Amino acid sequence: MNTSDTLVRLSKAGIYKDKKWLVRDVDLEINRGKIVTLIGPNGSGKTTTAKIALGLYKSISGNVERNTQNISYVPQKVSIDWTLPVRVIDFMVLTQNLKQDDILEALDLTGVKHLKRSNLRDLSGGEFQRVLLARAIAKKPDLLVLDEPVQGVDFTGEVALYSLIKEISEKLNCGILLISHDLHVVMSATDYVVCLNGHVCCCGTPKDVAQSKYYKELFGEKSAELLSIYEHNHDHVHSSDGNIIKEIK
Amino acid sequence: MLDDFLVRAIIAGIGIALVTGPLGCFVVWRRLSFFGDTLAHSALLGVLLSISLNINVSLTIFVVSSLVALILLRLEKSTNLAGDSLLGLISHSSLAIGLVILGFLSFIRFDVLGVLFGDILSVNTNDLLFIWIGGGLILAVLFYIWKPLFASTVNYELAEAEGMNPERVNAIFTILLAALIAISIKMIGVLLITGLLIIPTAMARNLSNNPKQMVVLSIIGGLLSVFIGLYASFEINTASGPSIVVVALILFILSLLRIGKKNYEK
Repeated sequence: MNTSDTLVRLSKAGIYKDKKWLVRDVDLEINRGKIVTLIGPNGSGKTTTAKIALGLYKSISGNVERNTQNISYVPQKVSIDWTLPVRVIDFMVLTQNLKQDDILEALDLTGVKHLKRSNLRDLSGGEFQRVLLARAIAKKPDLLVLDEPVQGVDFTGEVALYSLIKEISEKLNCGILLISHDLHVVMSATDYVVCLNGHVCCCGTPKDVAQSKYYKELFGEKSAELLSIYEHNHDHVHSSDGNIIKEIK
Repeated sequence: MLDDFLVRAIIAGIGIALVTGPLGCFVVWRRLSFFGDTLAHSALLGVLLSISLNINVSLTIFVVSSLVALILLRLEKSTNLAGDSLLGLISHSSLAIGLVILGFLSFIRFDVLGVLFGDILSVNTNDLLFIWIGGGLILAVLFYIWKPLFASTVNYELAEAEGMNPERVNAIFTILLAALIAISIKMIGVLLITGLLIIPTAMARNLSNNPKQMVVLSIIGGLLSVFIGLYASFEINTASGPSIVVVALILFILSLLRIGKKNYEK
């Protein structure tokens, strides 16, 4: 793979806080035009890994190489206090100056154009999520980091937004780091999957990961059956907090 | 014309209200009212230092309050104490230290009430210069950092991820707050300056639905409070600082009527 296409590269990245590893030894590469998805159980370090990639931590172990400044971020949770009156159109230009047309186009793409004058606090969870996504794509970023971008969105909307994300990565030729729980959708719309549980459990194309033993271990037989059943040998065993306790050679 | 103390007070008040409006919005949005209070309390220490060392009052307050602000930012990171406890600790310690020092300075005549609640008569032409030049600088810097400051107010991590350096603008903002306190203590007083920062802003929130509108309305609220408060202070001989804050409170109560109506319409 051409290195100049690499937007972010994490090498052995990790963060050690309050005497434990939140996440460790993550190797990850996000390239232009590709979607990388992080999956894993709660507390497995998905958001932490995304924040490491964004450079939100001061002291990390390992190395992060970022080749772009043009980044858009959709955090997992954004709460707007009552004291702060913000309309959708104010929010769209939060970190960038945009032309009116670009704002409307982005809102239109995520299906919330009619809400442009609404106050953020009056939006439903799903509507707010669509606005967050619209803001992120409106600036036409090189790198888009999406932390559970469709939470609270209705099912048809969810499918539509995932295909929009796919479309954006192709149209803007930007790299996307996606965190998601919707395994079935993710598997079909992703180029590369990283399965986390405190460290990188397994990674590869969606097909490879779905066939992996660890994936089945983490998400249960059912989710693996969604795609295929495949057995191969373990090379390590997890403790309950995700640390590797035994390596099987 | 500047010989008339009322004219001087009004000119000073306009200058201060123009600055407290936008700064007050950020204080309310970022939940910094207790932080502002702490900086204001440390101003008493500044006043006493300036008297004992015989240097300019506004400058000394600015330096002391800025130092306190930076110490606070530092401590917030390095201690496990909750933010409000930390503020209480610094706020009341600095007030107490100020009053203890005052005890040692019994040989000078010193109007404590004036520092605590503001003294309209003490505003001289020099102070006007400080207020307008200082105020102008504060607004210029605030205008310059507006976008990153606002973005980091809405969501800190989002702003940081998208390259806005929230830590730096936050530090700059607290320095601006210290500067505002330095130029307005004489007029409004240590104990009441936070009132002028947040009450017109709270009123503005009740009447606005976007950030710019809220800033404009809180400036208007501040100006009205200053005008009416000073007029009352002159006519019925009340203390200037408290009168201004009481007017601000009345405006806030009036704005509640509007919001009550709005909720009803929904």
